[in-house]
Amino acid sequence: MVTQITSFGRSGLYDWMMQRMSALVLSLYTVFIIGYLLLNPDLTYTQWNALFEATWMRVFSLMVLLSIGVHSWIGLWSISTDYIKATGPRFFFQSVCGLAMFVYIVWGVQVIWGL
Amino acid sequence: MLVSIYRYNPEKDDAPYMQDYQIELPEGKDLMVLDVLNLLKAQDPSISYRRSCREGVCGSDGMNMSGKNGLACITPVSEALKNGKLILRPLPGLPVVRDLVIDMGQFYKQYEKIRPYLINDAPAPAIERLQSPEEREKLDGLYECILCACCSTACPSFWWNPDKFVGPSGLLQAYRFLADSRDTATQERLSGLDDPFSVFRCHGIMNCVNVCPKGLNPTKAIGNIRTMLLQRAT
Ligand code: SF4
Ligand code: SF4
Ligand code: FES
Repeated sequence: MVTQITSFGRSGLYDWMMQRMSALVLSLYTVFIIGYLLLNPDLTYTQWNALFEATWMRVFSLMVLLSIGVHSWIGLWSISTDYIKATGPRFFFQSVCGLAMFVYIVWGVQVIWGL
Repeated sequence: MLVSIYRYNPEKDDAPYMQDYQIELPEGKDLMVLDVLNLLKAQDPSISYRRSCREGVCGSDGMNMSGKNGLACITPVSEALKNGKLILRPLPGLPVVRDLVIDMGQFYKQYEKIRPYLINDAPAPAIERLQSPEEREKLDGLYECILCACCSTACPSFWWNPDKFVGPSGLLQAYRFLADSRDTATQERLSGLDDPFSVFRCHGIMNCVNVCPKGLNPTKAIGNIRTMLLQRAT
């Protein structure tokens, strides 16, 4: 048993599940947006705006935002533990990633919910 | 034929280097790489490598032949040649003791960690613990591993974290005991593996399957462990 406090959840299985589930949400969203754009070739601003005003779309987008945060944290954490061997630089890299994700999520919530 | 061998003697050399040897091979015969090494050792007795059984059962002579890990004793020269040249290096990722001899300490440590022996709390029966043919069949493709380390030293995840990631060889053995009907420590074993490194550092690159000289499939065993962990948690 290897213990690591900077991983996302405490267990490898949990991290692995979250990675899979967030990937699923991200691909569904991508397919949806591409499909929407293809089905509406002459998309107007009002239409696009109305789509993002709808509550279900806001919830969907919020889920995507959180999934991006989770997915990239688990991924970048793995990469940092593979390639950055010195503790100081690794911790620095992880802190920068964590901070960036926090900022993106707060900012994204403001944008999506029009706060 | 040109043979290029990785040479390093820490008592004499500051750094490893590649040494070229020219060798005449008998016509019409496809020798094994180990035979070529033996011929070369007659020329230059300072070349060091491990070998014992010379028939693919002891796992001593794992090495990197023209870029691919394998057992020198059962790899024909014709298969290991690259542009008419045979390049021999030690297995990658573990410390070199001398020439083609590596220090397998880290590899064995991971093997030890998975407790590679039957654990059973029930009092031992008079003769033996029986298995049905079906139960025994579950161990096929697992018990045959000869611990040659060709797989683990071909695995990038093991290169980067040899102290934390158990590696394909160790995980194949972990599953061998998880799958054994006579073992009663399944839950304990699974608990010991459920961290972000031991099993989950495997990214399914399948380098291990590609090199195993016994044709075993560690990636599949790792998938089975993951399924067991998932079934336990949901
Ligand atoms: S499948 Fe997993 S264990 Fe095998 S080489 Fe790839 S990462 Fe390593
Ligand atoms: S799984 Fe195959 S390559 Fe790996 S140690 Fe066992 S026999 Fe060698
Ligand atoms: S010498 Fe025993 S496996 Fe090659």
